[in-house]
Parts: sequence; C-alpha cells; structure tokens
Amino acid sequence: METVPGRARVYVAGVTVCACVLVLPSAPSPASLPSPGVGPSAWAVALLAVLYAAGELPARRRLAGTFYPVLLAGAFLLPPPAAALVAVPGALLSHGPRRGVLLRRVWRAAQLVVAVWAAARTHGALGGRGAVAAPDFPWALAPAGAAVLVFCLVLAVLDTGVLALAERAPVARTWRAVFAHSLAPVAVHGLAGLMMAVLWRSPYGPVAALLVLLPMYVSWWVFAQYHRERAAHRATIRALVQAVDIKDGYTRGHSERVGRASMMIARELGLDEDRVEVLRLAGILHDVGKLGVPTRLLRKDGPLTPEERRVIELHPEYGHEITRGISFLGEARAAILHHHERLDGSGYPYGLSGTQIPECARVVAVADAFDAMTSTRTYRRARPVAAAVQELRRCAGAQFDPTMVEALIRALAREGWHPAVTAEEPEREPAVPRPRRASRSRGRPGVHR
Amino acid sequence: MSRAAAAAPVWPAAHSPAPPGAVTPLLVAVRCGAGLLAVVSVAATVRTGPAERPVALAFGLLVALGEVTRWRGPQLREPAPLGAAGALAYALLGEVSGQPTHHGPAQVVTVVSVASLLGGVPHIARGTSPTLDHLARRVLTAGFAAVCFQPLYNRGALDTWVGPAYALLLVALLALTALWDAVLAAALAHARTRWPFAPLLRDELRALAGIGSAVCATGAVMALAVAVAGLWALPVFCVPLLLTQASFRRYAAVRATYRQTIASLARATEIAGYTPAGHARRVAALSLAVGRDLGLAEAELTVLEYAALMHDIGQLSLVDPVPAGATAGLPGEEQRRIALLGGAVVRQTGVDRRVAAVVERQADPFPEQPRAARIVRVVNAWEEKARDAGPGGALAALEELRLGAAGDYAPDVVEALARVLARGGLTFPPTG
Repeated sequence: METVPGRARVYVAGVTVCACVLVLPSAPSPASLPSPGVGPSAWAVALLAVLYAAGELPARRRLAGTFYPVLLAGAFLLPPPAAALVAVPGALLSHGPRRGVLLRRVWRAAQLVVAVWAAARTHGALGGRGAVAAPDFPWALAPAGAAVLVFCLVLAVLDTGVLALAERAPVARTWRAVFAHSLAPVAVHGLAGLMMAVLWRSPYGPVAALLVLLPMYVSWWVFAQYHRERAAHRATIRALVQAVDIKDGYTRGHSERVGRASMMIARELGLDEDRVEVLRLAGILHDVGKLGVPTRLLRKDGPLTPEERRVIELHPEYGHEITRGISFLGEARAAILHHHERLDGSGYPYGLSGTQIPECARVVAVADAFDAMTSTRTYRRARPVAAAVQELRRCAGAQFDPTMVEALIRALAREGWHPAVTAEEPEREPAVPRPRRASRSRGRPGVHR
Repeated sequence: MSRAAAAAPVWPAAHSPAPPGAVTPLLVAVRCGAGLLAVVSVAATVRTGPAERPVALAFGLLVALGEVTRWRGPQLREPAPLGAAGALAYALLGEVSGQPTHHGPAQVVTVVSVASLLGGVPHIARGTSPTLDHLARRVLTAGFAAVCFQPLYNRGALDTWVGPAYALLLVALLALTALWDAVLAAALAHARTRWPFAPLLRDELRALAGIGSAVCATGAVMALAVAVAGLWALPVFCVPLLLTQASFRRYAAVRATYRQTIASLARATEIAGYTPAGHARRVAALSLAVGRDLGLAEAELTVLEYAALMHDIGQLSLVDPVPAGATAGLPGEEQRRIALLGGAVVRQTGVDRRVAAVVERQADPFPEQPRAARIVRVVNAWEEKARDAGPGGALAALEELRLGAAGDYAPDVVEALARVLARGGLTFPPTG
C-alpha cells in the first residue's frame, strides 16, 4: 500500500470540483433544458446510468472502465451536463484494482464526467444531435468521430496529469502511451455508442438500443476468460520449471533468474519486444530437459563417471523434445537445444561453433553461466557479481559470445542484479564449501550440470 | 521449427473434425436438402428477377466478407459470425431507410448461398476448403428465418407490429432461429461422429449464451439499423461484431497454446522414461471418447482431457521409475501415493482445481471417485494391460477389467469403454 502524495490529492480535488460544476446544471430539473422535442427526460439519464453501472460492476480488475459505449451513447443523445451525469453512479460503484479505493473511485468519476461533458459538447456543437435523430448517414459519423477524439484526448491528458504527480512518470512519454493505447478501442466503442444512439432515437426505441450492448457484453466476457486462461497458462509454464527445480535439488530459482538475465541481455541488444519475451521463455525453460534425466543422477553426491556425464548431457535434446508442439516458443526451442554449445566448438550436443550457434542460444548460455556462478550451489558458495563478470570476460571468445557478455555487463551496470529468489535460500551464512565437490568447477565457470 | 509441426494438431479438440469419409443417411439428407433449397431458390429468383438489387448486393458483400474472414484455427462454434449475422439480418429485413422491401425467402436463400460460396473461394484457393456442412447449415438457417418472416411481412400481416413491439418480434424470431440452428448443428455433429445426440444438443444450447447471442443480437440490430439509417448502417455496425470475433479468436488461440503446454508437461514423464511413449496421449484420446459416450458436458470433457494427460505426472517425483510405468499393477497404497504426488504437481499448474482432484483420486475405489477419475482409472488400466498384449489383447484386457470391476473399476465406465472400442470410432492424431 503506497500513499498518494499531497499534490496528487490536490489535483484530484481540483478535477472533482470542475466535474461538479459541469454536472450541476442538470441536477435541478433535467427536463427544463432547452432542447425542444428531444429533451433529455430524467428516465433516459437514469436508464443509461443503470446500464453503465451494470456494465461496470461485473467488470473487475483489468476490465474496469472499458464500458464506454453507454457513456458515448449518452454523449450523442443528451445535453452535456446530463450526459456527464450518466457516468457518476457506475464510476463510484466500480471496483478499484487495488489501493486507495475511495480516492480512486472519486477520481474515476470526476475524470469521466469531464471527458463525457467535453465529448457531448463537441458533438452538439458540430450538429451531431440532429444528425443522429434524422438519422443522416454518413454525415453523422463526423461529429461522432470528433467527439470520440475529444473524449480520448481529455482522458489521456487527465490520466497523464495524475500519473506525473503521483508517480513522477515522464509526461511526454506517458501521454503518448496512454493516448495511443486508448484511441482504437474507444473508436470501436464510439461506433457502438453511435449505433445505440441512432436506434434509441428511432421508432424502435431503447429496446433496440439495448441489443447493441449484447455483442459488447459477450466480447468482454470472452476477454475475461482469455485473461484467466492466459494466467493459467503462465502458471503451467512455471510448474514445468518447478518440476525441474524439485528434481534437481540445487537449482532452486535458477530457471527464473536465467530468464531474467536473458531478458536483460536481449533488451540491451535492442531486440524487439516479441523476441525479448521469447528469450525470457528460453531462459526459463532452458533446463526443462532435466525432467528426462533420472533424479538419482541429478542429485548424485560425488564425481560423475563419464557414462553418467553423457546421460546428463542429453538434457538439451530432451528439452527440445519435450517442448515440441508448443508452437509459440519458436526460436526458444533452438536456445534450449544449443545452450551448452561453446563458441570454440567444444560444447554439446552438436559441437557447433561461432555463428553456427543460434543467437538466442548464445544469449542463454551467458545468462546461465552468470547465474550458476552468482548463486550458491551445494558444492560451493556464490561468487560476488564482480568476480562472475571478470570470469565471463575471461572466457569470452572461447566459450561465450563477447557481444552477449558485454551486453550483460552493460545491463548489470545500469540496473544491478537483484536475484529475488536466492534471498529465500536457507544457506545465507557463509556456507562451508564441501571440499570434495569444490574442485569440480575449478577453472571452468560455465560447467555445471 | 517447421510451420507444419506448429500447425499439426496436438490432441483431438473437444470438438475435433470427423473421421473423414463417414457419411450417414442423415448427413446426406441435410446436404441434399440444403442443395435443393439453394437450386430451387436460385431458379425462382432468376425467373421473377431480384427485387431491390443494391440491397441484395450490399448484404451479399457482407456475407461474403464474413466468409472470407472465416476462422481457420482451432475449432470454434461459429467460425464466421459476421457472415451468420449478415445472413440473418437480410432474412429479417423489412425496410430500408423507411421504404418497405419486397424480397422473398427465395431471394434470401439465393443471396446467402451465392455469397457464401464466393466467400469460400479464397479458402479453397489456399487449400483449406470450407466444409460442406458449414455451408448447408448457413443456408438452412437463413432459409428458416426468411420463411418465418418474409411471407408474413410481404403480405402485410405484421403491419400492426410497430415500434418497440416490432423489435421484440424480430428478437423472438431470432431466438426461434437460434434453436433451429442448434438442433441442426447437433444433428450434423451426431451424424458425423456418432456421439450421443443429447449431450451435443445441450452443448450447442449452452453455447447460444456466448457467440450465438452476439450473432443474433447483431442480426437484429443490423436489420433494424438498415431500416432506420439505410445501407450505411452495415459497415458502421459490423465493427462491434468484429471485435467480438477477435476476442473469441484470441481466446481460442490461448486455449490451444495452453493445451500444447499441458501436453508437453505430460510428455515429460515419457521422455524421463517413466512411461512408454504416447501413453498419456492415448489415454487422453480414449478417455475423451468414453466421456462423450457417457454424455459428459464440454466443460467436464476439458477437465477430463487435462487430467488424463497429466495422470502419470506424480511419477516424476519418484526417485526410481516404476517398471514400464504400469501403475495398475502396483499395490493400492502405492498407487494412491503416486496419485497424491501427481495432484500436488497439478495443483501448481494453475489449471482448474477439478483437474488436480481427478488426478489425486484416480486410484481410489470407484464409489468415492468423481466420474472423470473413474474414466481415467479404467482407461489407464486398459491401456497398460492391452498395449503389449498383441492381437486379441484388447478384448482380454477388457474382460480382465470386467472381472475386476467389483471394487476398482466402475462397471458403467467399463461398458462405455467396450462400446467405444467396438465402434472403433477412436481416431488418433496423425503425429504427436
């Protein structure tokens, strides 16, 4: 629970006062407003407000605040103060995602009131209400489009303000991101809102307008299902990794950390976001093939016979096989297969050298070795980051791709290394390295099973 | 990895395509009926000449566009919602910009069938032909709605229904049409796959709440909006349905990847040498078939499939593998211990809690088990006993299960398995 700084509270209060001033004219008697024939009766405002609130209530968390078609239909149908009033009950009742529940609801309501008022004002000024009532297509599209644009602009400006004050977000970038992110969905909602408004004014009345909301409702419902399924999918990937960690006693959290380091390298190399995500997955799943290696071997105390070492060295191929059929992994599967190749061609399974090794595998190899050195294993304690970096530099060229090593070092210098998972490990006090196994990794940093 | 490997089906989906070549009398009747209806309608329309050509052209374009953007990925209830909504809207269209229209049911069927065929051309060119059944269903459903509405409307019988009452009338007609469509879809699926009809119909009716209601609502909205605002309404008002369509596709895609990942997790035991190759996949496919025979609903079938895929996952926690991964031969206590270990792993995967419960209780005596766990237990035992037994082994294994059914294996599930095996309706995906 973080606290909201005072200046942000003042900002929210200011916008709220503005919103109250904008809504007030509609409060005394909505029917008395000067719009002959098509005057907003109180029940139209009430019906739209109920519809909006009904849409907001089930839309929890991620989906909160996406029920714009009703608001925009209100903006196309009603005079500005009445249209703005429609947003209030729904916004005040909606579930906030996390902190500051009351403040958040008030902010949401105030923000929507100002945005809807501006949209309705624009729409009215361009003669949109007449075009909706006629209905006069395609000309009705122009005022509606302008209203949607204004709606988006106002929301983005207000959001940027609160983010800049509360979280010190950079103004220009936040503004661009918020605006670009909301324009397309709001435009679709605007079309649905226009459809609602036209049918509402038609002889068929509000009953027909309600039908417009049904496909929107269905798509939100599906969208929520989608997020649930995606979360479950992520949990399954974590479970795959945890299964490895359970088998292979000493690598707790190793997979997640390698994913993190791979992602840092990929960002530093300036790869696009899709490939960064693929590399994160490749890092997380690089050792999944260890599921195929007998637990007895993975946990063996004492030196391995050459025969046993050969069995363990099959794990990249097992991993490649297990992940066959997961189509979204793409080149991550190549990284899983080749993450033990060395630049001089002395690695396994194929002994590839130089650029024959896929780029993503070279990234994961560096990340893997780095985490192996900086985390505590049963046979030796963790080395400091500086020592690990020095070791990586020493082996760059023979074992590792120098580009990747330098990228990791630059990323580490900028962001630091915060391996969250090692903090949980019990061996915090200087663990006595067991001499029998301490010799195993001497001189070869990347060698771990 | 190659594109082909990416596109290959990993497991038969809950509604997998039919085994090719299975043509039953019902299937023939439906296809012939649709074809005959289309031919007669085209002939009638050509003889009388089409009414309101621009309107017919606009709706034809919409239906064709819906077919062109048809979803070719994982199976969906309604792969072309825009086409379906356009066809329904044209069937229920009474006015354009306030002017009454004069097209009859024959013209509706003509426009819909020609447009659907034309919209299918790009798919044929790409080598993925639209299924005949999909076209037949589209034509018959649009024809049903048009026959219910157009003759009455054109004769003026609906003149007393004005304003909101007219809108409600259209909604009622669409509800009727949706029911007809569900029956038709279930009958076609039944004829293709020979799965029991009642659960298929129940799944179809349940799906009406999802994409079905969105399609019907859009159909009604389009018919009304065109009546008010003219043909301009069509491009404007198909956008929200496209949004719905996009959401469904994303959902279907993430479900498909999820299934792939579960399947990979299941394959880990095979690669680790704990279980024979392909065991999890065979148990899952056979469990699905048995579950369908027992009339499980679609949500239950998904739980059953995931549980069957992961039923051996508990063996990963064993330090030494069970010989040949055959748990059915182990003492009951040991079986239950492995099942509990498996449940613990599955619980971490974030799948539906019921899946973990099924995996956990697969070794319990059947009266205490959930139904899916009974199925997994029987199918797993049969697969382990039958796989190495050579010819005749399948029946011998079945007999063994029948004799053992007193305590371990649920008799109704064993009988369902016997029916499924007798039908031979079990198709394995070509490659795993």
